Amino acid sequence: MNLALLIPVLPLIGFIINGLFGKNLSKSSVGLIGSGAILGAFICTVVVFVSFVSGGSAATTVKAFDWLVIGDTTLSFSFFVDQLSLIMMSLVTGVGFLIHVYSVGYMHDDENYNRFFAYLNLFVFFMLLLVMGDNYLVLFTGWEGVGFCSYLLIGFWYKTPDYNDAAKKAFIMNRIGDLGFILGLFVMFSEFGSLQFTEVFADAAQYSEGNPAILGITILLFIGATGKSAQLPLFTWLPDAMAGPTPVSALIHAATMVTAGIYLIVRSHILFNLAPETMCIIAWVGAITALVAATIAVVQNDIKKVLAYSTVSQLGMIFIALGVGAYTSSMFHLLTHAFFKALLFLGAGSVIHAMSGEQDIRKMGGLKKALPLTHITFVIGCIAIAGIPPFSGFFSKDEMLAHIFNDSPALWVVASATSALTAFYMFRLYFLTFSNGFRGTDHQKHHLHESPSSMTTPLVVLAVLAAFGGVLGLPLELFGLEHGHFLQNFLGLEDSSFDLSHETEIFLMLGAVALAVASWLLAKRIYKEKQTLPAENVTGIQKLFVGKYFLDEVYEKVIIRPFQLLGNALYIFIEERVIDPVVNAFGTLSVKKGNFVKQLQQGNTGFYIFGIVAGVVLILVANLIWFR
Amino acid sequence: MLEYVFYILSAISIACALLMVFAKNPIHSVLFLIGTFFSIAGHFVILNAHFLAIVQIIVYTGAIMVLFLYVIMLLNLNKESESTKPNIVKVAAVVSAGLLFLVMLASFKESIAIPLPEGTDGIGSVKNLGKVLFSEYLLPFEASSVLFLSAMAGSVLLAKKK
Amino acid sequence: MNEITSTIQVVPLEYYIFLSVTLFSIGVLGMLIRRNAIIAFMSIELMLNAVNLLMVAFSAFRGDAKGQVFVFFIMVVAAAEVAIGLAILTMIHHNRGSVDINALNKLKW
Repeated sequence: MNLALLIPVLPLIGFIINGLFGKNLSKSSVGLIGSGAILGAFICTVVVFVSFVSGGSAATTVKAFDWLVIGDTTLSFSFFVDQLSLIMMSLVTGVGFLIHVYSVGYMHDDENYNRFFAYLNLFVFFMLLLVMGDNYLVLFTGWEGVGFCSYLLIGFWYKTPDYNDAAKKAFIMNRIGDLGFILGLFVMFSEFGSLQFTEVFADAAQYSEGNPAILGITILLFIGATGKSAQLPLFTWLPDAMAGPTPVSALIHAATMVTAGIYLIVRSHILFNLAPETMCIIAWVGAITALVAATIAVVQNDIKKVLAYSTVSQLGMIFIALGVGAYTSSMFHLLTHAFFKALLFLGAGSVIHAMSGEQDIRKMGGLKKALPLTHITFVIGCIAIAGIPPFSGFFSKDEMLAHIFNDSPALWVVASATSALTAFYMFRLYFLTFSNGFRGTDHQKHHLHESPSSMTTPLVVLAVLAAFGGVLGLPLELFGLEHGHFLQNFLGLEDSSFDLSHETEIFLMLGAVALAVASWLLAKRIYKEKQTLPAENVTGIQKLFVGKYFLDEVYEKVIIRPFQLLGNALYIFIEERVIDPVVNAFGTLSVKKGNFVKQLQQGNTGFYIFGIVAGVVLILVANLIWFR
Repeated sequence: MLEYVFYILSAISIACALLMVFAKNPIHSVLFLIGTFFSIAGHFVILNAHFLAIVQIIVYTGAIMVLFLYVIMLLNLNKESESTKPNIVKVAAVVSAGLLFLVMLASFKESIAIPLPEGTDGIGSVKNLGKVLFSEYLLPFEASSVLFLSAMAGSVLLAKKK
Repeated sequence: MNEITSTIQVVPLEYYIFLSVTLFSIGVLGMLIRRNAIIAFMSIELMLNAVNLLMVAFSAFRGDAKGQVFVFFIMVVAAAEVAIGLAILTMIHHNRGSVDINALNKLKW
């Protein structure tokens, strides 16, 4: 199992080589090392996976070294190989590898090519730490690390101040969530005496439901997840994070980092099962987030911002599923979402690349002919996210909806509305980008070209995954096996009970599909046939959506301004009035003392003689007094 | 009888010293200092340091004071034209000198004289002093000649008009 | 000779100490009070003589010739010092126009 140790180490080596020596290497070598490191990690993951399955699917711990030794407790830096972590590892290295290959083409003209690949490798390293960790401390290390790499990558083009602000915003909001996480770790450690998964979960099994300590821990962990996975109220950083290069958006904000919160909750599901109040909170927060983000996405005109809000919305849906205890469906949707969202982002990157950097969809249109491969893959992605069979999105979303309906019909209504909106805005995006006539400038028209193969190959691979990934969730009855499906049997998580009749299930399924198709038709009618463009002036409730529910302004006034005022007040009252005078006083005192002492040097010879005599008298007196 | 000689000589030396300090005319100061030197030479005689007594008269009064006199006359200082110091300085000077006097007396209180062993009279005679000087203290003796040489050269160089 | 040496038995040492200290203090007084540099210099000579007297007295009382040898060397040094000192004073008078101590006040901050 030492191969498992190699998995995170390879990207780390890639980071060191590209970071330190990248400037001296050729661009192709940098790309080769960066992608090769991830490919190596992926191959190792597959090997470990195979040996895991053939070895009887026994969870193992691989220890790297003892990290903290405090008295009796030892926190070691070890990795935990079980089904959940293997699936996450495959996702991270697999999708990561595809995005690295894409970046070879996308970032080809950038002068900081090596820095980009170094950061990407570093990010994959930390993400692997996060999903492979054997205890909460290693998980948290990876957690913080990916937040940091996210900051580096969002602000990659640091010469533009706006991008730096976006990076700072992401990092700071993450930090707020991390505070909750850390407090949760503290409570956990004081309660269980350990941070290791197996020990904590074994201890927790003895607790009864509704224990206040568990309640506290789960709420605090959820706050951490809120920050990382962009849920209300900490989601405003994700749309701004689109300032980073598109591969970054694809990797971090679609496939991996934002899924860290979900992974955390699924990993700690034993704790969450013991805190029903927290589950309720999770479900409703997810629901509100999903609906709010979907409504905002409907009025966005930047191709990447639509996808960003779509990510927030889809993550919200997954949180609803987590809140009702459907862990397997959540993981399933996490996987399929990673596939089609990464696909959509990379496709958007291809479009932006072709449009010479234009991101406004009002200025696009008619790209069907110019970008055939991108067009087909994008269509597949849209159909998948809308939940239309037979693509993967249908299977995962449908399973989640079934579990949600099982628990609370109110939540189901919200989730279904969100799904309908999702289909609507995704097809709006598609039609405005690819259909009808070209609305851009002539200069852009001249430069329209399909992307190079380094960019289109990952698109194709992801499209295949998005299309056929649903096979993971196909009911095994089709293959003549027992109840359940492949992923469920594999993961073996303790979902909440599920007692819907078959008829209800099929009814729900058909209803969801009908809603999705209806949304598609509506979008087609508005944007393709009637060819309406998004209006320049918005009225009524659309203002609320376009203004993103004015959340940023609220945060500015309620949170940021008071802090700034506090800072100013402290500056004036403490820095200027207290600390500065004290420090200056030291200098002034020295000068004054010096002035006083220098009076001795008057140049008056008579005074000097007098001083000599006085000195002699003093010495003799001292002699008399002390030494006789 | 001898103690009267001692008292007279002491009185002369102290009186001349005081007069030297307080005389207005620098030439008078020089003359009073010469008087002091003579009385000290007398003290040397009754202390059996004959050689030193003669040397005192020849070198100190004969050479050094004459030099002082030359310089005073050269600089035309026979008229007293210095302004007096403020009173506070005079008082302070007297006080410090008095303090020094008292403190030194107190320091010397403890000194005890070891009685003279017999047969060591006449150590101050020229012959005996010469024996000690040229045997034990030969090196300082020769070094002092170098000192004189440098002093001569120095003073000639210093006082030369460019 | 023998009677002369009996001074030592007649006049006790403390008297010589007292005399020497007195002369020394008068020399210090002269240094502090007078503003004429030459008079100050002469007070220094007075101080040196006081020390000489003390040394000779001790030498007589201890029967040791070393005191007188030291006095000899003190005289040597005093002579040399007077020569140089007066040369310097002459130069000062040449430069500054007077030998007043208070005129020598350039070495100040």
